[in-house]
Amino acid sequence: MPVAPDPHPSLSQYAHPERLVTTQWLADNLDTPGLVVVESDEDVLLYDTGHIPGAVKIDWHLDLNDPVTRDYVDGDGFAALMRRAGISRDTTVVIYGDKNNWWAAYALWVFSLFGHPDVRLLNGGRAAWVAEARPMTREVPTPVESDYPVVMRDDSGLRAFKDDVLAHLGKPMIDVRSPGEYSGELLHMPDYPQEGALRGGHIPGAANVPWAKAAADDGRFRDRAELEEIYLDGAGLAPGDDVVAYCRIGERSSHTWFVLTHLLGFAHVRNYDGSWTEWGNAVRVPVVQGNAPGAV
Amino acid sequence: MSATRDLPEAFEQIVDDFTAASTRERLDLLLEFSDELPELPERFVDARDSMERVDECQSPVFLTVEVGDHPDRTVHLYVDAPLEAPTTRGFAGILHAGLDGLPADDVLAVPDDAPMRLGLAEAVSPLRLRGMVGMLGRIKRQVRAKSA
Repeated sequence: MPVAPDPHPSLSQYAHPERLVTTQWLADNLDTPGLVVVESDEDVLLYDTGHIPGAVKIDWHLDLNDPVTRDYVDGDGFAALMRRAGISRDTTVVIYGDKNNWWAAYALWVFSLFGHPDVRLLNGGRAAWVAEARPMTREVPTPVESDYPVVMRDDSGLRAFKDDVLAHLGKPMIDVRSPGEYSGELLHMPDYPQEGALRGGHIPGAANVPWAKAAADDGRFRDRAELEEIYLDGAGLAPGDDVVAYCRIGERSSHTWFVLTHLLGFAHVRNYDGSWTEWGNAVRVPVVQGNAPGAV
Repeated sequence: MSATRDLPEAFEQIVDDFTAASTRERLDLLLEFSDELPELPERFVDARDSMERVDECQSPVFLTVEVGDHPDRTVHLYVDAPLEAPTTRGFAGILHAGLDGLPADDVLAVPDDAPMRLGLAEAVSPLRLRGMVGMLGRIKRQVRAKSA
């Protein structure tokens, strides 16, 4: 049985308020049956330094990516992961993490590829929980193995591949990287030099909205009105648009995918996880350099 | 046990400890090294500009080495890495425990691939291990420059 949504008034402004929970709600529901808390961070050891009591760790490198092919785990792999984590198909999953929920949103997007019905983000993530001096522990739970079914991953609605993006040229696209990466001055994200590309710039027609603009200073999502100013007025999206978001490997853009889909209510948003590490290395795909989106 | 024994004794011991442990225990060991990374001495705290940024690490990490006088040219290693980056701190802690206090020649003789011998690739992923390889490379370069 899914757990009832957090009724907090700060969430009701969003298109799908049931996709977010507040820190207070989570603190009040840590022992609620049917709820599992998942921490997903950039740093694989951060969870081990202390985490929300009862939370399990899911790591994007080790748990969500296929170790050989550049792809996500398959239905068997995801089911095995869920069983280990004690998550059933009807479990309410609340994910939180470091860096404005960057990797938490990525994990949530992967859960969505498998159609997990009830998966939510903790608004403000790990930083908000820590800032409020809420309890943390180093005790690692030992979940009772669940009976999660093997569900085929469905990439069709939420994921775009390179050919999909080529067919999408001319329609709305959001490049969520830093301005330097977008213009082509930088071949990698500032401070993250290791996943380079041979060419710099962006996909023609893509608007540049760095992902973290969606977060306020305290790590929580901005109000809906502010988000609409950024994505509708600023980036020129219109409700109902078919949108593709991309970044470098698809993690920052899954944060933007969450904002557009669940907070602003866009029904057709796909994350291009090949992103710049594929596009910037691909032969003869169109690239635009400079600060303007450019013509297709 | 590692196949080749060409590491300084302390480093070799760390490699033995890691390779004898299970994948899960390797993470615990790494966390211990993270917890035990010495704090930055007072004289560096306001002088991070004088330290070298480790670009291979995803978090802001700074390091510097001091090389003593002849004949031993003893190496001391200082690393500043945030508490929110325990993996990076763990890498730094291993290098500190394995290299600090050694003669410069011994540090320079450490093979560049030494971090790969800890069996951490499957515990933290190969991509993340690049940060430790980068740290070792920068340490050796500084030792070379400062002991010339």
